[in-house]
Amino acid sequence: MRRTALLLSLVLGLATAILISPALISPALAQGWQPQRPVEFVVAAGPGGGTDQFARLVQSVIQKHSLLRVPVIVANKGGGAGTEAFVHGRASAGNPHVVVFGTNNVWLMPLVTRVGYALADLRPVAAMAADEFLLWTHTDAPWSDARGLIAAARERGGAFRMGGSQARDTDHILTKQIERATGVNMTYVPFRSGGEVAVQLAGGHVDANTNNPAENVAQWRGGRVRPLCVFSQRRLALTEKVHNGIGWADIPTCGEAGIGPAQFNMPRTVWLPARTTDAQLAFWRSLLDQVRQTPEWTEWLQRGSQSAMWRTGAELEALIREDEAASRRDFASYGWLPE
Amino acid sequence: MVNDLGALLHGFEVALTLHHIVLMFAGVLIGILVGVLPGLGAPNGVALLLPLTFAMEPVSAIILLSSMYWGALFGGSTTSILFNIPGEPSSVATTFDGHPMARQGRAAEALSTAFLSAGFGALVGVVVVTLIANQIATFALRFSPAEYFAVYFLAFAAFIGMGGTDPLKTAVSLLIGLALASVGMDTVSGEMRLTFGTDVLVKGISFLVAVIGLFGIGELLATVDEGLHADAVDARLGLRDVWRTLLGMPRHWVALLRSTAIGVWMGITPGGPTAASFMAYGVARRVSRNRAKFGQGEPEGVVAPEAADHSAGVAALLPMLALGVPGSATAAVMMGGLMIWGLQPGPMLFQERPDFVWGLIASIYVANIVALVTVLSTIPLFAGIMRLPFALLSPLILTICLTGAWMVSGSGFDVALACGFGLLGYAMKKLDYPIAPLVLAMVLGDKAEDAFRQSMLMSQGALSIFWANALVASLMALALFFLALPLLQRLFSRRIPA
Repeated sequence: MRRTALLLSLVLGLATAILISPALISPALAQGWQPQRPVEFVVAAGPGGGTDQFARLVQSVIQKHSLLRVPVIVANKGGGAGTEAFVHGRASAGNPHVVVFGTNNVWLMPLVTRVGYALADLRPVAAMAADEFLLWTHTDAPWSDARGLIAAARERGGAFRMGGSQARDTDHILTKQIERATGVNMTYVPFRSGGEVAVQLAGGHVDANTNNPAENVAQWRGGRVRPLCVFSQRRLALTEKVHNGIGWADIPTCGEAGIGPAQFNMPRTVWLPARTTDAQLAFWRSLLDQVRQTPEWTEWLQRGSQSAMWRTGAELEALIREDEAASRRDFASYGWLPE
Repeated sequence: MVNDLGALLHGFEVALTLHHIVLMFAGVLIGILVGVLPGLGAPNGVALLLPLTFAMEPVSAIILLSSMYWGALFGGSTTSILFNIPGEPSSVATTFDGHPMARQGRAAEALSTAFLSAGFGALVGVVVVTLIANQIATFALRFSPAEYFAVYFLAFAAFIGMGGTDPLKTAVSLLIGLALASVGMDTVSGEMRLTFGTDVLVKGISFLVAVIGLFGIGELLATVDEGLHADAVDARLGLRDVWRTLLGMPRHWVALLRSTAIGVWMGITPGGPTAASFMAYGVARRVSRNRAKFGQGEPEGVVAPEAADHSAGVAALLPMLALGVPGSATAAVMMGGLMIWGLQPGPMLFQERPDFVWGLIASIYVANIVALVTVLSTIPLFAGIMRLPFALLSPLILTICLTGAWMVSGSGFDVALACGFGLLGYAMKKLDYPIAPLVLAMVLGDKAEDAFRQSMLMSQGALSIFWANALVASLMALALFFLALPLLQRLFSRRIPA
């Protein structure tokens, strides 16, 4: 009896030690590489937008929880719709002190325009969040649901105005997919940022937009715009009520609302330059893993109604490969690929 | 109204704590520093300070950052006047008369005129903002791309449609500016334009780099060419000049009020401070009693852009909070900060966080007075720089120019580009081409182009969208009137026999 108990406690103790030890041992000992110099976070967007907040939030979490011994500098390189940052990543080949923050634009931009880098110039570290897309309209609009909006668009021929941020970027791609799924034609009007698009919709100057929750929530709260459906298989998880007793979880999926496409989101991604070592990649992966487990990270995701996502390694590479191939086929049919 | 007054008084309670006043001083001093160094600029300064604010209360954080912005606006005028290098895009128009004044030995007068006008503009701006804070958001929502285009067109028309220089040369300069503005990625089509297949041009040509070259280096080359009269300018300095300028300010009351009105209007409509300063200068040059002396060191040519610049800067902050759309690069960084601090800019911010909004508005009053007193006291120091002999001063200016060009985005190509613009600026000066239309076209060209093409997409190509409602039609009519004004004046004067 006593022997069994002793054995049991020994086994339990050993198991606990094995389980806990990775958390106790610092990443330096576990992976053998630590940044030696100040680290540069390169943001593939101008200051203020979602990608910028993503990088600055990671910076603030690292700072608050003292996850790094070296300082972190955030640099915005948003020129050429973010390609400036990726070109900078290419020029920093082999430098593990440069970390690039972007979205799926890393692999979409080389498809639609001549850029100064290739996907092989960057190594994916992690996809950390997925920004959801919703179909929104302004509150003065005569249609009450997504089906009504599509019917009105069909009636107006090509004159229905869909606002979005940038050309040949996520909003534009989603608009094309809506057109293909429903068979209607729309006029896509590109603006500089999601914030601008939100205000244009609130003022009734465009008929609809496909903004992310964070870009439109302020105008929804103010009662100027309302969501019609979310381009996701499942409804949004957030229970908070936003306006007139309606909240995120009450928005139907676009599948439920009877229009396509059923699923569309934008992963937020982190990259290292090519020719960095696997140990260096592992260091950043485990650091970002620590970041995503902090309450600040969860709070940020919720505030922007973004979905949690954690893809790394081979899984992430497969996701990128598949999305790139599918996008290439689609873009070819839109005539977006450069000759 | 009464509610707003109560809220404002509560805001002063928030702003006037020792902690916040210390933050204001710190912000203003850092701001002056980044404003004086061209290329560093307010947006970069705010971005550098942002990590410091993560641990602060939101209202303290915004007070620090906005104070820095006011400091940078003041600091940006200093190098415009002393060295002909605009520290900020919005202080380009200040160089036109400010720098000639400095070269005539009136640096102290020019600086104090600039600072006092700017302070006046800022205070009037914040009073207007206080009065109509709650209505701004609804008004700004009425701006579709067509209205945006009309506002930019108005700024162009007010600045350009005038005699003085050869209209063909003005057109050439304007077109070069428009071409430069279109380099890089095009928003509407998503295509790269005029990058010649290189990576360095993908982000476009930075306006600051162009201005540093055209004005700073170009001016330097022209001075050398004029025969190196190396005697230092006999700059009078001392607080006595500041005092005398202060007493003389009421003389410019018409220009002050007119420019502030232009500034507030351009700040609330989304034209922004840069367009406001150009427009105010253009209007002043056309209607002022001293218009013949403009460009040769006329104080009113400093009053107009400075008052407009600052009133627009102040007035532009509120639409940002109410709409969530930043009016300038600096405002964009601050807005990013707002979200990290856990606030959601938008129409509900005024209802949900009145302490924050009114604390900020009250701090605009206090911080601008703090900034004004601080910059006025630095005048003897800065004006003293003008006493240095040219042989000492010119390497200093060149160093500031080249490091400034480097700091814009840390690219060596930008430094070479600035030197190229220096040669262009020199050539234009020698051949009597005006530089200002080029600069204006670079600042507003791509925005105007985007707005025009968005309007065309929305109207399916019908130009009638620019006359579709009273707001856009009156803006367009005013712009066309400004454009036709020189022609009308000529007709009019011909009818009266000399």
